[in-house]
Amino acid sequence: MKPAAFTYHRAHDVADAVGLLSDLAAAGGDPKVIAGGQSLMPMMTFRLARPSALVDLGPLRRMPSMTTIRAEGDHLTLGALVTHHAVETAALPDGFAVLARAMRWVGHLPIRSRGTVAGSLVHGDATAEWCLLALLLDAVVVAEGPSGRREIPAGELFHGFYATAVDHDEVVVEVRFTRPAPHAALTEFARRHGDFAIVDAAVALDLDGGSVTGGRVVLGGVAPAPVRVPEAEAVLASGGVAGDALWAAVADAAAAAVDPPDDAATTAAYRRRLTRTLVADACRDAAGGLR
Amino acid sequence: MNDPHLLSLTVNGTEEEVLVEPRRTLADVLRHDLRLTGTHVGCEHGVCGACTVLVDDAPVRACLMFAVQAEGADVRTVESLDDGVRLSDLQQSFSEHHALQCGFCTPGFLMLAEGVLAESPDAEREEIREALSANLCRCTGYQTIVDAVHATATSRRETTA
Amino acid sequence: MTATDVPGLEVRTAEPRFEGRRGRWVGASIPRHEDPRLLTGRGRFVDDIALTGMLHAGFVRATVAHARVTGIDLSATRAVAGVVAAYDAADLALGDIVALLDRPAEEFTPTAMPILAKDKVRFVGEPLAIVIARDPYAVEDGIEAAVVEHEVLDAIVDEATALRASTRVHDEAPDNVLLDVSMFDTPGVDEAFSHAHVTVEVTTRSGRQNALPLETRGVVASWDARDDQLLVQTCTQVPHQVRTLVARCLDVPERTVRVTVPDMGGGFGQKCVVGREEVAVAAVARRLHRPVKWIEDRREALTAGFLAREQTYRTRAAFDADGHITALDVDVVCDMGAYSCYPFTAGIEPLMASAEMPSVYRVPAYRVRGRALTSNKAPTAPYRGVSRPQYVMAIERVMEKAARALDLDPVEVRRRNVITEFPYTGVNAVTYDPGTYRESLDLAEATIREEGWYDVRASDDRAIGIGFCCFSERTGYGSEAFAKRKMTVVPGFDLSEIRMDTTGAVVVTSGTMNHGQSHETTFAQIVADRLSIDVDRVKLRQGDTERIAYGWGTFASRSVTIGGSAVALASERLGELLCRVAAHLLETRPENVAMDGDGGVVQLDDPTRRLTYEEIADVAYLRSHLLPKDVEPALTATASFDVPGDGTFSNATHAVVVEADRGTGAIRILRYVCVEDCGVVIHPQVVDGQCRGGIAQGIAGALFEEVTYDEHGEPSAASFIDYLVPTVTEIPDVSISHLETPCAFTENGAKGAGEGGTIGAPAAVLNAVNDALRHTGVELDVTPIHPRTVLSALEGGL
Repeated sequence: MKPAAFTYHRAHDVADAVGLLSDLAAAGGDPKVIAGGQSLMPMMTFRLARPSALVDLGPLRRMPSMTTIRAEGDHLTLGALVTHHAVETAALPDGFAVLARAMRWVGHLPIRSRGTVAGSLVHGDATAEWCLLALLLDAVVVAEGPSGRREIPAGELFHGFYATAVDHDEVVVEVRFTRPAPHAALTEFARRHGDFAIVDAAVALDLDGGSVTGGRVVLGGVAPAPVRVPEAEAVLASGGVAGDALWAAVADAAAAAVDPPDDAATTAAYRRRLTRTLVADACRDAAGGLR
Repeated sequence: MNDPHLLSLTVNGTEEEVLVEPRRTLADVLRHDLRLTGTHVGCEHGVCGACTVLVDDAPVRACLMFAVQAEGADVRTVESLDDGVRLSDLQQSFSEHHALQCGFCTPGFLMLAEGVLAESPDAEREEIREALSANLCRCTGYQTIVDAVHATATSRRETTA
Repeated sequence: MTATDVPGLEVRTAEPRFEGRRGRWVGASIPRHEDPRLLTGRGRFVDDIALTGMLHAGFVRATVAHARVTGIDLSATRAVAGVVAAYDAADLALGDIVALLDRPAEEFTPTAMPILAKDKVRFVGEPLAIVIARDPYAVEDGIEAAVVEHEVLDAIVDEATALRASTRVHDEAPDNVLLDVSMFDTPGVDEAFSHAHVTVEVTTRSGRQNALPLETRGVVASWDARDDQLLVQTCTQVPHQVRTLVARCLDVPERTVRVTVPDMGGGFGQKCVVGREEVAVAAVARRLHRPVKWIEDRREALTAGFLAREQTYRTRAAFDADGHITALDVDVVCDMGAYSCYPFTAGIEPLMASAEMPSVYRVPAYRVRGRALTSNKAPTAPYRGVSRPQYVMAIERVMEKAARALDLDPVEVRRRNVITEFPYTGVNAVTYDPGTYRESLDLAEATIREEGWYDVRASDDRAIGIGFCCFSERTGYGSEAFAKRKMTVVPGFDLSEIRMDTTGAVVVTSGTMNHGQSHETTFAQIVADRLSIDVDRVKLRQGDTERIAYGWGTFASRSVTIGGSAVALASERLGELLCRVAAHLLETRPENVAMDGDGGVVQLDDPTRRLTYEEIADVAYLRSHLLPKDVEPALTATASFDVPGDGTFSNATHAVVVEADRGTGAIRILRYVCVEDCGVVIHPQVVDGQCRGGIAQGIAGALFEEVTYDEHGEPSAASFIDYLVPTVTEIPDVSISHLETPCAFTENGAKGAGEGGTIGAPAAVLNAVNDALRHTGVELDVTPIHPRTVLSALEGGL
């Protein structure tokens, strides 16, 4: 269990990183960006990933734009090297407080201390909390490549099975969350605390007093990529009194809509049943945020 | 391909320069290049936490960092905790509570706990418990580790109050 | 042949030794001697060892479970930068590891485990070649470059495919059975079943587990030309057995092999058998005349390390109308994997289960058949508990099912059957020394009742269950008890040598092997009390075959019972020697002096006349002309100890309250109570630690950990992502109560406490889960319990 050999390159700024990626690829290599490395390194240790070169974004941490969390109007912008733990401990506006609360589900403190928001999104694990949150709060990933910057909305980001719309020669510079959700929650189930979820659910409720007027339901672990569940959101959109009866209806709709995989980890039926539990739990938590 | 890089970092207050292959993990460099063997390696894929050290004051898995990523970093390992004569209060508490048996996971738990207590000095037992779930221990059943860290947190609060 | 037949072997009689006294040190939770170095990072584990010119080793391993090997090409490996050498089985030409039982061919089939696989591989991860390089990274590159050609054979992966026997794992075992022993078929079994008021049947099964010491296996071997000796520094629970086998496989005199053991990061049984990697690395170090280090990585540890536990019990029990068990009929099938381990053989698990199955209950009639299957899975070693977690689970499920059938409380059924008169000789021809079986059960139940858990269970909306497990554990296996298993290598005794130096400090040796159990502390407590000295004056030395003529290491909770007794006896003899020399120097009779409890010997009829140990030692070493004529120089004493007869039994009852989550099926442990009796407690904190750690491992087996295999024999769990070792979040706090029945025939009255937690937890948790599911009509008899299964039960299907 030792990584295969690679060449190592420190990027001095974003343009440098993009240039390194292009040059190394042009020379026939298979370079990869490393930021926190918390997903990449285990894969390299098992030699499941064996990039010919690593471009380290570490030195970019001295650039404030890469590590700051900025609230601007209805948007929250996270620099690409913001860590999970930085979000966990940040004082966030109400509309984005769910981000901080959800961080306790991301691995453990030592992982959260190194792992980055952008790294998690680009890794694209179907159960990763950041991937669900991106769909829940309409994140926009800003990536810089050889032809300049472009914005990728969360809805177009995940291609499934760890593939994302961020190209190999692109570097994420920031992630912007554009849909505040003061009544939102994320919950999940794993057999052991801190593990990748079997199923996780994120819910944002549009509340008008005690009434629900709409909302979002996002699930991980039920498809190759994290997904929104329109059937469950339709139940929220049709409205009703915030309470267990409505949550059950949303949960039932979500469980009926998903077509989860049967795999070595567990069965489709169990994932479907967990979906029902977790969506209801997330709705309850999200409404509890009403206070 | 394996061209070594010159790495400069501070370990336990001492500036070190090491010539390392890029693929060497921080854990291997600490243990085998700098001969600080107190940091242990239990899984090499970031789950067991035996290799936990403080990097710029944050607890991290030394097996999930290439050493070259630690350029310029301030690293603290278990060897920094005692003063050469006396155990630190946390180490003493581990001994008093029998929070170690074989001792293999212990350095990782100590460094994790130092990181947690530095950031959350007010942590109560349940918060400590959740934070300590980052690391695996196969001997103790964990209860006495939680007790030891909690007792240290309490006594540090009393000392600073 | 039993131990008593061997000429010259000292067998102690079972006269009571322990007099119920407490010393200054025994019984106190003193600071552990091990702690300062382990807490400061200054311990020395095997991977901490660095020798000049040291090379690193790794293994090319089988990627398929069962195949004929048609070619191994290491030329590319040898060309990899940093690789120094690579060898296959033909290159090294080592002898095989063979573990035998003294049983007829119809009962036991001997098989050989080659150091490196030759013409055939039998499990994924089996070593085929050893790669030597300048650093561990290059080793991995070299392994990757190796080319192995093979013809894949059908894999034997479960009992059904094994017994169908269309394929043979070993040609010698046509039906894939390595051991088939019907140890008991006592009169009256069939009659009891035909007259039974109630017959219960249950098939219990436990999944394949990894003992999982957090430190993986590892070895540093080096050749010392001056000593004409291989130094093998390895993390093993059994250093002398490693020495014996290295010498045999290399075909060299045992004198030329020295095995030492550094600090060990746990073992739990996985390191109580000899690993083929240890032998291979030793062979290469001797061949290259260079130090060679091998550190098992976690993937190897999970897939190719010794595993454990996969067993099935088909149990029938007859009960009369009063709830008394009248007969027990059990079929035990253990999947031992690809090879027999040394020294215990593949028979250890079924033989242990067959011998001990009646557990803590009065069973009048007993029939048992025990089989060890071989399969295309990693071989097994006797993991903490050794069949006892499994047979205890079987019989504790029987008690629960009988309670339901008889409409009795499950604790009451146990109460009606548990052994209460001691010594008790069971239908299994084992004599149980006194214990607190009934008392532990009563106290555990009372605790749960007084805390109100029965009310919670009755009134709460949550699915809450309460489970019990009452059991005993034989801890003092002497050679007589082991000989009954008919091993050709019979463990049991332990040796100790004690030495006092000119400063009055003491070094004592033991053939046991600390790997977390605190021997350096507990043995020092024993010695300090016997010699009336400060505990800090005593240093224990273990794990060096040059210092101890022979030893059996640490397993089966034997260290304090047997090793601790040898140490105590050696200490007493040293004390007698001190008194004898002192009497001579004080010019009085030996009966007129005694140790004064303060590091000296005093003249009884004139307490003003006294000699310190230092003064005595000064004479013993530096002015030996003053010694009595019949006393040789130096202050040393030796002793051996062996437990007579059937040994001693610790016991405990565990009580667990669980909640089955109605939304996820997850099992939450709300309360865990352990009432245990391990005789005299040398160090209370250490005993509690053994209980809690054992319980955590038992819970791991009950709820989380399993290595499964697909139909091709590919293991499912190759990382900690898939092999679910519980964290602090999954393991509850445990309340422990102690009862104390001193052992009458160990020197310290102690019984041993290493394994009990692991034995009791699976059954207690399983019973509690079943109680939580009592309204569902579903009963679970398989561990680990998957939340999916629980949720399916709660909802009447999923």
